[in-house]
Amino acid sequence: MSVATATPAAPATSGIAVRGLTKSFGAVEAVRGIDVSIEPGQTVALLGPNGAGKSTTIDMMLGLQEPDGGTAHLFGGPPQDAVKAGRVGAMLQIGQLIRDLTVRELISMVASLYPRPLGVDETIELTRIGEIADRRTQLLSGGETQRARFAITLVSNADLLVLDEPTAAMDVEARRAFWATMRDFAAHGRTVLFATHYLEEADAYADRAVLMAHGRVVADGAPTEIKAMVGHRRIRATLPGVPPEALEELDGVTRAERRGDSVVLTCSDSDTAIRALLARFPDARDIEITGADLEDAFVELTGAE
Amino acid sequence: MSVATYIRYEILRTVRNRRFMILALGFPLVIYFLIATPNRHETNLGGTGISAPLYLMVGLVAFGTMNAMLGSGARIAAERSAGWNRQLRITPLSARTYFRTKVLTGYMLAAMTMVLLYTAGSVLGVRLTANEWVKMTALLLVGLIPFAALGILFGHLLTPDSIGPAIGGLTAALSILGGVWFPVTGHGILHDIALGLPSYWLVQAAHIGVGGHGWDRTGWVVWVVWTLAAAYFARRAYERDTKRT
Repeated sequence: MSVATATPAAPATSGIAVRGLTKSFGAVEAVRGIDVSIEPGQTVALLGPNGAGKSTTIDMMLGLQEPDGGTAHLFGGPPQDAVKAGRVGAMLQIGQLIRDLTVRELISMVASLYPRPLGVDETIELTRIGEIADRRTQLLSGGETQRARFAITLVSNADLLVLDEPTAAMDVEARRAFWATMRDFAAHGRTVLFATHYLEEADAYADRAVLMAHGRVVADGAPTEIKAMVGHRRIRATLPGVPPEALEELDGVTRAERRGDSVVLTCSDSDTAIRALLARFPDARDIEITGADLEDAFVELTGAE
Repeated sequence: MSVATYIRYEILRTVRNRRFMILALGFPLVIYFLIATPNRHETNLGGTGISAPLYLMVGLVAFGTMNAMLGSGARIAAERSAGWNRQLRITPLSARTYFRTKVLTGYMLAAMTMVLLYTAGSVLGVRLTANEWVKMTALLLVGLIPFAALGILFGHLLTPDSIGPAIGGLTAALSILGGVWFPVTGHGILHDIALGLPSYWLVQAAHIGVGGHGWDRTGWVVWVVWTLAAAYFARRAYERDTKRT
């Protein structure tokens, strides 16, 4: 794992090769020099809080925005060429569907643009949207729209899928179904890049996570490693009368805080910490272990800028 | 890849937008009946030998078809605000197919407007020779091309909030200056302006139905210039229009 400064020159076969990418909007430097290359067949999470520059980076990768500096290549050529050849399917962050067609019709319409699309019925089955397939797009809920948009992306049968916060408007069940589908789809040697601000999604579904903050790549590696870097879990327990200093000595605990009768332990390794806690203080009760708050973690990792 | 399938769905979804269809097609028709019906026995308008239903029919055909073509701007602006324009940009859809689809949809609406107004005119006693119908229709169809490009241009420049007044105002200005409602007088500044407008020549095309002679050389030059300029700017606006809105 490399805490990103320079990436070796990408081979010509790279699915995505981005070098020195920069982009400003007026005084706001949205992207400040990004180097990423993604090999075909990889599933990569582009992880970062809102405003990290993920969407702008994706826009430039897809040729929707011209970079101020640097280059973005898909399959060794300009993004527009890969798009024209039907090798890219993308789901952008913001987007509604055009109205007055059923979901099935809209999928067929989009399929007609690609050289080797999936079958329309196959796509509907794959994305589990059978129950909304014959509904007009303007009658869909936010989550349903998102699922239909995913179907439109998949029908492309493209080599590279780029998904910008694909699960944003989905409920838990839809989210699970979405990732199950993605997994099947990616299993066929496709390259997938998805942006998310959920560390859990990156951890569960990506081979690799690229962590962005303030327009830069701040870490790039296996999701578990990224998680170890930023994903401090917290243990909260009711445990009166024990000074925080005693708790900070426990293995796996980096910081302890007292809040009334409860204590909050920030952990580098929550598995070790919980064992140590219970061994030393068997009275601890009402125990909760919670995942990291990514926003906090980013601030910690990148420093407030 | 099937361009025909893509166009078919685009037309299907346009036709399915009932409110839009009723307004787009109904508006010229209602105006026609409102004005022409009470004057249907006026057979010699201002001593020209032209009947009121005929004169109003050709005027409204010019107005209605121009409106139908420019209306693609409103549909494009709505698609853009839904982010659909950006979604299309990451498919293999070519600019050529995109434009062709928008122009064809506009022509479909223009053709429906013509059929409705021709029928309404016939109901009120308008009689033309087959030759006049064909020549008028053919030249109208040609004369609409710059409006197709203008519609696309405005669609990619404006937002749904501003496109309504913009296209409404543009249509009103082009039809008044172009002589849809009142004939353009023989000389003066307004006449000179009119001669440079595509709407004036659209009206001249429609006026084949009232004994006009279609376009002279000026007409063709104006048409070529507007078509090329509007198509160029429409293409440019389309190509630049990939940012998040």
